[in-house]
Amino acid sequence: MPNITEIANSAKENAEKLGIKKFDIYGSTVDDTNVQVDQGEPKQVKASNRSGVTVRVWNEDNTMGVTSTTDVDSKGLELALKTAYEASFFGVKENVPDFSPEATAPIPNKHQDKIPQAPVAELIERLLVAEKQLLAAHPAIKGVPYNGLSQRDIDRFYLNSDGAVRTESHSLASVYLYSKTEEEGKKPRSAGAFRINQSLNNLDINGCIKETADKTISHLNYEKIKTGKYRVVFSAEAFLSLLGAFSNLFNAQSILDNQSLSTPEDLGKQIASPLLSVFDDALHPANVGAETFDGEGTPTRQISLIENGVLTSFLHSAGTAKRLNAQPTGNANIGAKVSVSPNFYHVFTTATPEQELSLETAENVIFIDDLQALHAGVKSLQGSFSLPFDGWLVNKGVKTSIESATVAGDFLELLKSIIYVEKEAELTPGGVCPKIWVNELSITGE
Amino acid sequence: MLTSTLLLSNQLPTLQYSSTPERFDETWEAPLATLLGLGRAAGADFIELFLERRNYISCLAEDDSITSISPSLSTGAGVRVFRGKADCYVSTNDLSFSGLKAALEKGLSILGLQLPTAKAFIPEINLELLRDYATKRGKDAWLPVCSSIREMGEVLLDGTAHLKQKASHIQSRRATYFRDWQEVLIAASDGTFARDIRLTQSVGFNLLCADGANRTSIGDRAGNTSDANFLRTWDSQQAAEKIAESAGKMLYADYVESGTYPIIMANHFGGVIFHEACGHLLETTQIERNTTPFADKKGEKIAHESLTAWDEGRSENAFGTIDMDDEGMPAQRTLLIEKGVLKNFLADRTGSARTGHPRTGSGRRQNYTFAAASRMRNTYIDSGEYSNDDLFASVDKGIYCKKMGGGSVGATGQFNFSVDEAYLIENGKITKPLKGAILIGEAKEIMNKISMCSQDLEIAPGFCGSVSGSIYTTVGQPHIKVDSITVGGR
Repeated sequence: MPNITEIANSAKENAEKLGIKKFDIYGSTVDDTNVQVDQGEPKQVKASNRSGVTVRVWNEDNTMGVTSTTDVDSKGLELALKTAYEASFFGVKENVPDFSPEATAPIPNKHQDKIPQAPVAELIERLLVAEKQLLAAHPAIKGVPYNGLSQRDIDRFYLNSDGAVRTESHSLASVYLYSKTEEEGKKPRSAGAFRINQSLNNLDINGCIKETADKTISHLNYEKIKTGKYRVVFSAEAFLSLLGAFSNLFNAQSILDNQSLSTPEDLGKQIASPLLSVFDDALHPANVGAETFDGEGTPTRQISLIENGVLTSFLHSAGTAKRLNAQPTGNANIGAKVSVSPNFYHVFTTATPEQELSLETAENVIFIDDLQALHAGVKSLQGSFSLPFDGWLVNKGVKTSIESATVAGDFLELLKSIIYVEKEAELTPGGVCPKIWVNELSITGE
Repeated sequence: MLTSTLLLSNQLPTLQYSSTPERFDETWEAPLATLLGLGRAAGADFIELFLERRNYISCLAEDDSITSISPSLSTGAGVRVFRGKADCYVSTNDLSFSGLKAALEKGLSILGLQLPTAKAFIPEINLELLRDYATKRGKDAWLPVCSSIREMGEVLLDGTAHLKQKASHIQSRRATYFRDWQEVLIAASDGTFARDIRLTQSVGFNLLCADGANRTSIGDRAGNTSDANFLRTWDSQQAAEKIAESAGKMLYADYVESGTYPIIMANHFGGVIFHEACGHLLETTQIERNTTPFADKKGEKIAHESLTAWDEGRSENAFGTIDMDDEGMPAQRTLLIEKGVLKNFLADRTGSARTGHPRTGSGRRQNYTFAAASRMRNTYIDSGEYSNDDLFASVDKGIYCKKMGGGSVGATGQFNFSVDEAYLIENGKITKPLKGAILIGEAKEIMNKISMCSQDLEIAPGFCGSVSGSIYTTVGQPHIKVDSITVGGR
C-alpha cells in the first residue's frame, strides 16, 4: 500500500500529465482489528487495512469536480483525477468551493504517536474474560449477544496544489458490551456500555463490564409507565445524541441551504436556558481521537456555539465562512458539496442554578439513559422528536425500569425548558456532558 | 500462467498471473484456486474470497441548481477463513496476487495457522466452471447505457421544477439520485466460483415547507435494480404531485395524541412493520446471538392466521433483487410464514452451519469490508382476502398510517418505527391529518395482532442496516389492520 509521500508524488505527476493545475486531496489509511466472542469461544475476528482518497479538481473555468477512490496506486489516482476533471464541467457556477485560506496555517504541535497494536490472541483473551465476568454478574444474565474489542491505527492527510501538506496519525482502542437477561415469566431485558481510549492497556474494560452489568440488572424489575407529562433527566449520551440529531442549528451549510432551524439572524439570540453552554471542541483533552485539521486542511479549534443560552456562532467550512463573513472553524468534510459536521461537543454550565437537583431526592422523574431510533423518530427540520428510550422512573433514589415508552417534544422548547445542568460531566464518544434536567416532556407508556 | 498444479509453496513468490484487471472473468481462476489451496494446506477448514469492484455516482439538485456530482470508484477484497467454530475476516484494497496473499496470511495467522514450509505441496482447489450471471443476463452492457452526468442533471432539475409548480409554502426543494454499479466474484474452497454484476439506482424528492410556526419535511423515493434506463422512465411529475399533496396535508397537521390504538397501515412502504417486527428476527444471525423469540418456533404458529409472508431474491427489478447472494449461492424464494405458521429462516453459510437451518441464498453484505451475514432481500406480507373498505369499517377510532418512516428492532425483540403521514380514523372514515407518531411494540405480540390483510400488495425500496452493513432491500404488504399498538406522540 503506498504511503502518503508516494500518494502525493503520484497525484502531482498524474495531475501534470493530465494538464490539471489546481487540485487537492484528502485521504486516510486505516489499519483495524476487531474481535467478538460468544459463550466462551472466539466468534469472529475482523481485520482490515484500507485506504481511500477524495480528489477535487478545478478546470480552466474554475468549476470544480470531485471523485473518491479506494484505488490509490498511480493508475487509480490517474483515473480519479480524470473522472473529477470530467465532473468539474458540471460543477456549480456560484459559490464554487475553494482552498481553505487556513490550509497552510501552522498547527500547534500535538503529541501524535501510534501505539503498538496488541496481538489478536490478547484481544480475544481479554474479551472472553469480560464476557465471563458479565455472565457471572447475575444469574439472569444469559448472554452478551453484542460485544467487540477493537484497536485501530489511523493516518490522515490533506494536500493541495498550492503546497499545503498536512498529516497526522493516532491509535484508538474501544470495547462495547451488550448483555441480555432471561427470567421465567419475564420479558428479556438488555443494556450495554462502551469505552474508548488511545491504547488497549489504558482501556477501561472493567468499567465497561461494571456499567453493563449494573444497567442490565437495573432493568430486571420493570413496569409500564402511565402516559403523561414528566420531569425528565437526560444522561450525557442521551442529551448528546439529541443535540447531534438537531445539529443543523449550528451548521452554516444547512443554514445557507434553508435546511436548518436557525437563520444567520439568530446569532446573539437566546435559544436555550441561561444554564446551558455548548462548545464544539475537537482538541478537548478528553477527545482521545482528536483530529487537528479538517477535510479542507483547516486547523480544528474550540468553537463556542451556545453560551449561557445565547447562540454565539456556527460551524463553518471555508466556503460557508466566506459567504457568512466568518472564519472557517475546522468542521468541513471534503466533497463535491462541502458539508459541515461537529467534532466533539463540550456541554457545561457557568450559571448558578436557582435550585440544586439530585436523582437521590427527586420524586417521580424519568431518567433517560439511551434514546433509540433517532434516524426514524427525529424530524430535524421540524424541530420535533418522538423516540423510544431505555430508562427508569426514579423516586427518591429508587429506580424502576420503564418498559416500552417514548419521549416526545420540540427540541427548541426543550432547550428553553432546561432547569438544571449538573456539574459532573461524563465522557461519551461524541463529547463530554453532564446530566441535563428538563422541566416537562411528554412520555407515552400505557 | 500457472503451468502445473504440482505447486510447491516456495514457488509462490515467482508465480506470474495475468488476470484481466478491468473485469472479473475466468482468468481469475488460477490465482484464486492457488490461494484457496494455500489456505487449506495451512490448515484452514474453509476459505472464501470475495472480490468487488464498484462504480458509484450520486447527484443532488437543490432548488434550481445541481449542487453536487459525486463519483466514487472502489475495488477491494475480503478473505474469510474458518477453523473449527472460529472465523476470521480480513479486507484489503489490494487485488494483486501478493495483496490477496498477504490478506490470507493475516487471516491464517490470526487463527493460529502458519503457511506450509517452503517445500510443502500446495494442492490447488478445483473450482467449478465460472457461474457467470452477468454474462448470462447481458449485464456487462448495463453501465454504458446508464444516464450520463448531463442527463442526471436534466432529470433532477425537471423534478425540482415540478415541485415548484405543485407545492406551496416551499422552503427548500431537493431531488437526489444515485447509481451503484457493482461487480463481484466469489471463490471458495468448496469449489464455488461465481460472478455477478448488480446495478442499483434510486431517485427521489425531499421537500421542506414552512408557514409561520408550521413546518413539514417529507421525502419519497423510487428504486430499482437491473434497469439501466430507470432514470429515463421515472415520472417526476407524478412523484412531485404525490409529495406536494402529502406536504400540503401534513403542514397544518395536529400532533397525534399518544395512546393505544387500532391502526390501518397502507401498502407499499408500510411493509416496514414486518421488516422490523419479524423479518430481522427470522435471520439466523439472530438465532446465533439468541436475540430472537422465534428461534425454536419453526412449524409453530407465531402470527395471526391471516398472515403469510415471503422473502425472495428475484422479484423483477425490485430494490433487493439479486441473482446470487454474496456467497455465490443462487437466490431463491423463501416462504417465511404461511397462514401464521413459521416455515423457514433466512440463512447464510455460517448461519446454516451454526444453526442447522438450510441456506437460502441470503448471505449479503454492504461491500468487501464486511463478512456476509443472513439478511433480507425482497420481503413482504402476501395479499389477503379483505378489501380496504372492510379494514376501515372495522375501526371506530384509530389511526391510518399512510406513509411510514424508518425503524429498528432491539436485542429483546422490541421494535419501533415512525409514521411520516398519518390520519385519524373515526367511525371507519378518515377525518384529519396527524403528525409525530411513532409506533412501538414487541414482535411476539404484534404478529398476532395483524388480523386483516387487504388485496392490494405493493412493494417499496428501502435501506437495511445490520451486522454486515447497509444493504438494498424491499419491503411490502397490502393494507393491513393491526388490532392495537402503542403510539407515541404528545
